[in-house]
Amino acid sequence: MQLFFACALALAASAAHAQLTPPDELVKKVMLEIQRVIVQDKDLQGGDRSKTLRLIEEKALPHFNHVGMTALAVGVHWRKATPEQKQRLAEEFRALLMRTYASSLSAFGEQKLEFRPLRIKAEDTDVTVQVRVLQSGSQPVSVDYDMEKTARGWKCYDVRVAGISLVVNYRTEFANIVRDKGIDGLISALEAKNKSLDTAPAGGGK
Amino acid sequence: MKLRVLLLALALAAPGCATTGSDERDPLEGVNRGVLAFNDAVDENLLQPAARLYRNVTPRPLRDMVRNFFNNIDDLFIGANNLLQGKPEDAVNDWLRFAFNTTFGLLGIHDWASDMGLEKHNEDFGQTLARWGMGDGIYLVLPLLGPSTLRDTAALPVEWAVDPVTQHSRVDERNAMFATRLVGRRADLLAASRTLEEAALDRYVFLRESFLQRRRSMIYDGKPPRERPPAE
Repeated sequence: MQLFFACALALAASAAHAQLTPPDELVKKVMLEIQRVIVQDKDLQGGDRSKTLRLIEEKALPHFNHVGMTALAVGVHWRKATPEQKQRLAEEFRALLMRTYASSLSAFGEQKLEFRPLRIKAEDTDVTVQVRVLQSGSQPVSVDYDMEKTARGWKCYDVRVAGISLVVNYRTEFANIVRDKGIDGLISALEAKNKSLDTAPAGGGK
Repeated sequence: MKLRVLLLALALAAPGCATTGSDERDPLEGVNRGVLAFNDAVDENLLQPAARLYRNVTPRPLRDMVRNFFNNIDDLFIGANNLLQGKPEDAVNDWLRFAFNTTFGLLGIHDWASDMGLEKHNEDFGQTLARWGMGDGIYLVLPLLGPSTLRDTAALPVEWAVDPVTQHSRVDERNAMFATRLVGRRADLLAASRTLEEAALDRYVFLRESFLQRRRSMIYDGKPPRERPPAE
């Protein structure tokens, strides 16, 4: 009986394991899919904002652990936040990242990508997937995705573009605001930022 | 303790420092913010309009050629820095790039070396000093030149002394090349600077953090040791 359970568990575990797309394949699949959509859509190339946001929401965001990302960016103050504050912070930070991401996506269709194969061991739960954006005459730009293994698949918790980590960048900004105005101050600062981005003219050209 | 209270009082009293004065890497934050405001004004009123005009009146292949031309010149010194940093293979790669692109690539306007697998590197004398063990020093925002560190600022005279553009003997040609390179590089960054505007809650801090992270990544050739979140 015990043996039966052990076998059943092992089977279930291996089945779940088999379903999990490896992180490097996942990144490649998602990026190429987004690129394919942009190449076929003039509105997206022209920077249509609501359409771009919808694309990110549908294709990219499911693969991000935005609560974990927010926790890392808020840093030591995260533990002091109430569950409601945590939820609000994560929502606003997610919205901000989406908007920032959206503004750089219109040119993404024509970029040449190079995917680096990842050497991953079965027990790895935290890996970095490396992608490079190739451009003639200049050094390739590296885009590194820090990913962790969760029950719902591999999720990204930080992106480093040309060595600049989103999480680390925001950590200092967030720490300054929390020190001066508290967690609620940070929530309202993020809210105000997102509002100002939504009312900005489409395309963002200043 | 007394000193800390005094420093805190000073930091709070300093003009334009409502949310500042706490970062040990940036003791001159008040001054730096002032210089950044000045640089932004110059950028917005002179450089950005010029860059936008340049982007609008030139076809993209021409802009690629101009960028390649100047980047090719850089490869000479990039190779020298790689040699100084004890990476002879990279140096050979850079000089092969230069030799190939200058000849077959028609004075560097085509980057065919990249297509052949000779990858472009990014080195400068500040990075070499860092590899020799020199720390960043404090963060500085230089007038017109932008974000820097004390070490990278110290490296600047060397950079200028070996830059074929600034050392070019005919002044009119030198100025024309200098301006073209500057405007071209600003044009390449138009999209990036818009992203910065959008992403930052405090533009000054965002720029500083981005710059310091980018430099660190460059010093370690894109593979910096992982930093753990600071435990306070």
